[in-house]
Amino acid sequence: MSSKSLFDKVWERHLVRAQTPEQPGVLYIDRHLVHEVTSPQAFSMLREKDLKLRCPERTFATMDHSIPTIPFVDGKPVYASEETGAQVSTLQQNCADFDIELHGWDSPNRGVIHVMAPELGLTLPGMTIVCGDSHTATHGAFGALAFGIGTTEVAHVFATQCLLQAKPKALRVTIDGRLNDGITAKDMALAVIAALGAAGGTGYVIEYAGEAVRGLSMEGRMTLCNMSIEAGARAGMIAPDDITFNWLKGRTHAPEGQAWDDAIADWKTLCSDEAAVFDKEISLRGQHIAPMITYGPSPDQAMAVDSITPNPAGDVEADGLEYMQFTAGRPVMGEKVDVVFIGSCTNGRLSDLWDVADVLKGRKIHERVRMLIVPGSEQVRRNAESEGLHDIFTAAGAEWRLPGCSMCIAMNGDMAQPGELVVSTSNRNFKGRQGKGARTVLASPATAAACAVWGEVADPRPFRETPHVA
Amino acid sequence: MSLEKITQFTSKTMVLEAENIDTDQIIPARFLTTTVREGLGKLAFYDWRYNEAGLPVNSDPFAGKDSGIHQILVGGDNFGCGSSREHAPWALVDFGFRAVISTKVADIFKNNALKNGLLPIEVEPKVHAELLAAPGVELTIDLERREIIRPDHWRQSFEVDPFGRQCLLDGIDPLGFLQSCETDIEKFEARQT
Ligand code: SF4
Repeated sequence: MSSKSLFDKVWERHLVRAQTPEQPGVLYIDRHLVHEVTSPQAFSMLREKDLKLRCPERTFATMDHSIPTIPFVDGKPVYASEETGAQVSTLQQNCADFDIELHGWDSPNRGVIHVMAPELGLTLPGMTIVCGDSHTATHGAFGALAFGIGTTEVAHVFATQCLLQAKPKALRVTIDGRLNDGITAKDMALAVIAALGAAGGTGYVIEYAGEAVRGLSMEGRMTLCNMSIEAGARAGMIAPDDITFNWLKGRTHAPEGQAWDDAIADWKTLCSDEAAVFDKEISLRGQHIAPMITYGPSPDQAMAVDSITPNPAGDVEADGLEYMQFTAGRPVMGEKVDVVFIGSCTNGRLSDLWDVADVLKGRKIHERVRMLIVPGSEQVRRNAESEGLHDIFTAAGAEWRLPGCSMCIAMNGDMAQPGELVVSTSNRNFKGRQGKGARTVLASPATAAACAVWGEVADPRPFRETPHVA
Repeated sequence: MSLEKITQFTSKTMVLEAENIDTDQIIPARFLTTTVREGLGKLAFYDWRYNEAGLPVNSDPFAGKDSGIHQILVGGDNFGCGSSREHAPWALVDFGFRAVISTKVADIFKNNALKNGLLPIEVEPKVHAELLAAPGVELTIDLERREIIRPDHWRQSFEVDPFGRQCLLDGIDPLGFLQSCETDIEKFEARQT
């Protein structure tokens, strides 16, 4: 038997029909995650063709993109516009009509779909998971094959529980050695994307390997896999291990009893064979990774926080620097910051909030800065509040919000003004992503929190080295 | 959702030289509040075409137009990266485009485009450079032969997903194909339990 990669193994387990030179493979989908923005037209396609939803029990929905994160007024959510409200009620109606489990306003588990699903144990090793959302790659942290699809494909999965897929190529990213103190998975993700380039992973599924990856917590692994799409890759995967199993045990949809033991025995086989061949490989040294920030409007334009912007390689990079109002050959550190956003499916989990609290504890944010801290889910919110983190945040002058995508995509009214500089823990810094004309610098939660205190783009390391004595 | 057959068509090109044109540029996220597919052309490249006051920006090649100047869009490297929103091809198709040419078209965008009759065409960097340098040139796209042809008989072959191509040539809806696999799907499910 020939050697296989983790990706090969999961792929082959799900082939309903093998790929031929003329036709892509037919891939079975174990879990289909649904949100309000990319699903309405897919439900319409079902209705137009008078089709049933084939497997409601494999389909789970929540609303996250267009919902407000500000407190309810008179017991009701205050939508940014009529359309966003209509989008949510459309989802509610569709889920009722097609018998889909919806984690809506009344659910104690509601959250950003890629934060919520793992918390519920909906994400398990070896599964195929899709969602009409490019950050579906997050779930690959558990050794699942998880990727984003378009709305027509959402309709395909609704109707047949299958997708037509040509097999992507395999790329292994190895990060050897240990990370330095205070370096997070977000810094790793930005370093990998900078190394690969925004299109370096196009056509590939990435497997992340190496000591620094194995050393990450589940939360860190999700952060790393989450941003695979920012290098163009369809999916990112990490082989499951004890860290994965311990994290999953006891979750609502995780197997129990004998089924759990059987599952573990099976999941342990989900790793790349020693002799597995990859179509492309790169490696980075963990020790060389510094706290990272982006300097242009593309996630691959990333550098160590204390370095200087490179000379633009062409018109596009020059234009990017101009948009950001940064100068080539100068540091970005010290640039005045207007808004800091903590949250998203990249960095909206409890451990991210701990990193922020470490910096904010006993401190105040700069008077110029507006800081939004948006938990990734109701579970994250509850846990953070039970630890008193929200008190640290509000005492520092930050706003503590309800869960949702919020300023990651700026669809719900949470957005920056033209020209404002935003330091964001989310995943995309495209022109206008956080509001027309807004300038986004991507960073880790610790770095973003340091920027909020300083009022300028700042290095988080001094905050760790001289912890404030409260 | 039956697809219109495409075999060949001729149009002038519009060139957008920027690299990494992401789907947030093609249709900004704040317009994703729609629950329909139709009529998104007026929102295509909205922030490139309109200023903060909602007035047309008079920069070529759009010049404030809301639809169909040309059918072929030549974009910089790595076209369509970013979000998986199918609103991006919906907007481009409604604007009047039928093909996008680049050296690399991002994966999810490529899949989405093909399902909506928008041809994602990948060409060699050399060919790409020529096309970028010649906005407004008339091209014929021959899907059957996988060729781009200029009136002066310059022809270049291109890459396109073979199955997507066949679906467009024959007017096959991929959903119909998946539905025809039902027996195999049931067999697969039986093996799992
Ligand atoms: S948090 Fe941002 S990236 Fe994640 S699902 Fe929401 S909008 Fe998409």
